[in-house]
Amino acid sequence: MSAPELTRRTAAELAALVASGETSAVEVTRAHLDRVAAVDTTADGGPGVHAFLHVAAEEALAAAAEVDAQRAAGERLGPLAGVPLALKDVITTADMPTTAGSRILEGWRPPYDATVARALRAAGLVILGKTNLDEFAMGSSTENSAFGPTRNPWDLTRIPGGSGGGSAAALASFQAPLAIGTDTGGSIRQPAAVTGTVGVKPTYGGVSRYGLIACASSLDQAGPCARNVLDTALLHSVIAGHDPLDSTSIDQPVPDVVGAARRGADGDLSGLRVGVVKELGGEGYQPGVEARFHEAVELLGKLGADVVEVSCPHFEYALPAYYLILPSEVSSNLARFDAMRYGLRVGDDGTRSAEEVMTMTRGAGFGAEAKRRIILGTYALSSGYYDAYYGQAQKVRTLVARDFAAAFEQVDVLVSPTTPTTAFPLGEKVDDPLAMYKNDLCTIPSNLAGNASASFPCGLADEDGLPVGLHVMAPVLGDDRLYRVGAAVEQALVAEWGGPLLDQAPAWETS
Amino acid sequence: MPSISRDEVAHLARLARLDLQSDEVDHLAGQLDQIIDAVGQVAQVAADDIPPTSHALPVTNVFRPDELRPCLSAEAALSGAPEAEDGRFRVPQILGEEQ
Repeated sequence: MSAPELTRRTAAELAALVASGETSAVEVTRAHLDRVAAVDTTADGGPGVHAFLHVAAEEALAAAAEVDAQRAAGERLGPLAGVPLALKDVITTADMPTTAGSRILEGWRPPYDATVARALRAAGLVILGKTNLDEFAMGSSTENSAFGPTRNPWDLTRIPGGSGGGSAAALASFQAPLAIGTDTGGSIRQPAAVTGTVGVKPTYGGVSRYGLIACASSLDQAGPCARNVLDTALLHSVIAGHDPLDSTSIDQPVPDVVGAARRGADGDLSGLRVGVVKELGGEGYQPGVEARFHEAVELLGKLGADVVEVSCPHFEYALPAYYLILPSEVSSNLARFDAMRYGLRVGDDGTRSAEEVMTMTRGAGFGAEAKRRIILGTYALSSGYYDAYYGQAQKVRTLVARDFAAAFEQVDVLVSPTTPTTAFPLGEKVDDPLAMYKNDLCTIPSNLAGNASASFPCGLADEDGLPVGLHVMAPVLGDDRLYRVGAAVEQALVAEWGGPLLDQAPAWETS
Repeated sequence: MPSISRDEVAHLARLARLDLQSDEVDHLAGQLDQIIDAVGQVAQVAADDIPPTSHALPVTNVFRPDELRPCLSAEAALSGAPEAEDGRFRVPQILGEEQ
């Protein structure tokens, strides 16, 4: 089988090919490493996708050879053994650098693997390398990375979303069939939407945060990303589950996401109650996004679901509440980067105090958005303002959770567009924080309430030909519902399109 | 809404141990004013009788048995240190010479 054929396959297909011996995990890994090299720059040497900050070719080939040896020895392989994966560079790996997209961690090699990384390795997945992100996962465009932006494979002049733009772009340009993202306010779902891929934010606590470099601890959640719903579910089941090393990990059975994805692929949603969130649409939403979303809602009805409109009156306050809670937690979490125990140290000439060195290092090591959020969080938490800002924001968090609770008494899932617009040009919003923050309008409520949510491709906007995402929200531990809905929509749309949405992505000359 | 002055940004930066250049302070002061103005909307809906939520999950104080278990070696823990000496982190002076 040729290398290009291997990179177009689904993860489930690749695992089956490896298990049957039709190809080897090493061959599959080589094909993807070649693809990574080919799309990193364009044919004329211009900037390409730049999805990876670090490619671990040697380690990946060794991991693949291990899977091949296990197969040769007659061992039973897991359902994703031998499949390559792109890991967001905010998850610690003992055998690869971990930077979180920041100068302050440039070249840092963590002394331990995150629980997610350990789970991936134990399942025989092959980690190709670490993907680009906005610094400390703060941003919606990957432009806040200290190591250059990632570009959207649909149009290299546009953003791939963020903060997990590297993971989403790697999927959309066939550099890996699977990726791991993290989602604090939409960092899995928004990149999935603007690259035409699938991204799931599991229920908060569903996937361990041990070894996930913290952005905002009460909101951060790692999750699976792929090009189709079944692959996403298979990856979800590999990384989910209770972890005693994470005190916020849920000690309950993982929802049957793979079973739900398989059932959903029958295309029958009868009995499912769907609520369209009234507040997430209208002014500020791109017409092409709204058009594809409304078609997706009609499709849900055709597949048998009962669709009603639902009001969540406090969702409009979710964004302002988030931009108080998040910077507050960030200002506290980033305090650990103190130039003492790991990472960058600047200005230590023997005359300066630890405090001076700390201050200089943080000034030199953090980028503009990290600084903005540290200052904003320090302000929101300072005495005199705490009640007016952080305290009020926490009350809004209660109101948002109550909106969800009331809505889920009426319906099984809620839907909205994932993002108000399609991918915008690089540079357009980089110094306009309020405009940038609005990308997360629809995704933030689920982070505040901790419930499960996902983005699925639902077509291309007429005005720019760029992907649009359908956002599905389910209750806490209702992750399986996302997969049932996603798989049903996927089978109907792929039939209508005559193939996956990514087949419609314009080709460009790789190097 | 209070407006954030240049001096206030400089003060916050000192509290956060964050060295900011003069132009960064100017730039941030303007942007923070806008952001604070926008996020201040939270005061419109959050009434006194609404309890605050700090966390999405109702978990508190998760304990494990107090038993010895394997952990990082001193060598591994020091592996990323900017400077180490005698199995310890070496840091710049913390107290002045007089103290």
